[in-house]
Amino acid sequence: MLSLRRKTVNAVMLSLTGVCTVLAVGTLLFILGYLFLHGGTSLTLDFFTKLPKPVGEPGGGMANALLGSAKLLLLASCIGVPIGFLGGVYLAEFGGSSFSFVVRYTTDLLNGVPSIVIGIFAYTLIVLPQGHFSTLAGGLALGVMMIPIAIRSSEDFLRAVPVSLREGAMALGASKAKTILTVVIPAAKAGLLTGIMLNLARVAGETAPLIFTAFGNRYWSPGWEQPTAALPVMIYTYAISPYPDWKQQAWSAGFVLLMLVLAINVFARMILSKGGHAAR
Amino acid sequence: MSPMQAPSPRPVSDVTMRSHPFPMQTVEEKKPAGELAKLSATNLVFHYGSFQALHGISMQVYENRVTAFIGPSGCGKSTFLRTLNRMYETIRNARVEGEIVLDGEDIFKLEVSELRRRVGMVFQRPNPFPKSIFDNIAYGPRINGSVSRSAMKDHVEQSLRRAALWDEVKDKLHHSAYGLSGGQQQRLCIARALAVNPEVLLLDEPCSSLDPIATAKIEDLIFQLKDSCTIVIVTHNMQQAARVADYTGFFLMGKLIEFDNTTVIFKNPAKKETEDYITGRFG
Repeated sequence: MLSLRRKTVNAVMLSLTGVCTVLAVGTLLFILGYLFLHGGTSLTLDFFTKLPKPVGEPGGGMANALLGSAKLLLLASCIGVPIGFLGGVYLAEFGGSSFSFVVRYTTDLLNGVPSIVIGIFAYTLIVLPQGHFSTLAGGLALGVMMIPIAIRSSEDFLRAVPVSLREGAMALGASKAKTILTVVIPAAKAGLLTGIMLNLARVAGETAPLIFTAFGNRYWSPGWEQPTAALPVMIYTYAISPYPDWKQQAWSAGFVLLMLVLAINVFARMILSKGGHAAR
Repeated sequence: MSPMQAPSPRPVSDVTMRSHPFPMQTVEEKKPAGELAKLSATNLVFHYGSFQALHGISMQVYENRVTAFIGPSGCGKSTFLRTLNRMYETIRNARVEGEIVLDGEDIFKLEVSELRRRVGMVFQRPNPFPKSIFDNIAYGPRINGSVSRSAMKDHVEQSLRRAALWDEVKDKLHHSAYGLSGGQQQRLCIARALAVNPEVLLLDEPCSSLDPIATAKIEDLIFQLKDSCTIVIVTHNMQQAARVADYTGFFLMGKLIEFDNTTVIFKNPAKKETEDYITGRFG
């Protein structure tokens, strides 16, 4: 009796958890497959090399959006990585007081701020005073979005370095600063790099904060002071357009963006698993 | 069995009353002829927050001798060891009163990095850096700038030889230190500590995670090292103290119950508590 009940409960729960796992993995596979069918199949070399064509003209690509996204991400890392990394060093190595509790709490809150609000922040800070949209404003918005995760991931990976290593260095006469620079950070290097890459992959797909900062552009955007195209915004614009060939290009752009994000993710995991063993 | 439950005819507080008022005297009385005090502690009191871990420790560590601290877990022997190079300072709320003198200099007035160069430490678990064997040994000299770049290779070799590890690793100096066995890693840590030429080497239960063969190697090493170094070792293993140490101190509940020649401690201890611990009646 009891054993039968136990077996039934086991069977039900096992299938339930199994189905949920399949659903979780299946969603990604479904999106991948769907994007490939709609976008991947019609992807041409032109997509990567040509500027967008005006409505009605067939062909064209999104080379400007690819470059724009790259520039935005570069700028975002220049803002988000140093702030996040140094903040993480502070929290992991010097924190523990009530101040670092406050810092942790605020970074969690910042992480929860809707991305469009961060867009408005960058808009007020740069676009309004300057009177025009720019790569700079978009990069700032994405950079701010990177900060909370950069802080938390750096803190976590630095904290994961065993106390015994710090003690070993200090027992040899190393100051705290030297210990952090020569032992703790090198030991956490792989993790720190992975954190940065995953963070980049996350903001690479952000659309909302770019809509009124980077704005979009149908041409190249030289320098940092002009509006620029970016892949996610391009997808948005093309997908809501009424033209079938634009919609088709939005599919292609979506596929490319997803592949880029996946590639960064896989690469980041590879660094981490390699770094698991001690550096030579 | 905890020391609290030990069937002891004399209450522990009695011992406090005896040893505390003039602790320096008792140590001075017993200072053997021909020994030089390398480190001497006077009335050392240690608090972790509100918990008092050491109650007025006074003792001397003699130059070029091996001194062992024994005692049950939590008796304060590791805490005392960690005050000798001020490693306790990394712990929040740790507080020290009293005096420790290294060659006539107050260690609390020394620059902490200088103190730790002079008083090296090896920990309970091997803690090599995730770097190559070479870089592990070169770490100390590099951060202290004490050895030139060109002399580093010889210096690393010499340090590894002093730790009796050279022959085992000479062909893989640029491999990761994590590829070594536990015993080799511990000798690497000893070599790393030796590379900064410390005057005193503190060993905090260095063999507790090692097998008997690796332990024997480390004990041999301690024997060889005492010509060039003063060694203080904390150990849970009484046989080990009896084998390697010239002097032994017995700690119990934050007090140094007895300190004497190792032979005396193990053959003819003056205090009942020491005898009880040595004969395995508690601890």
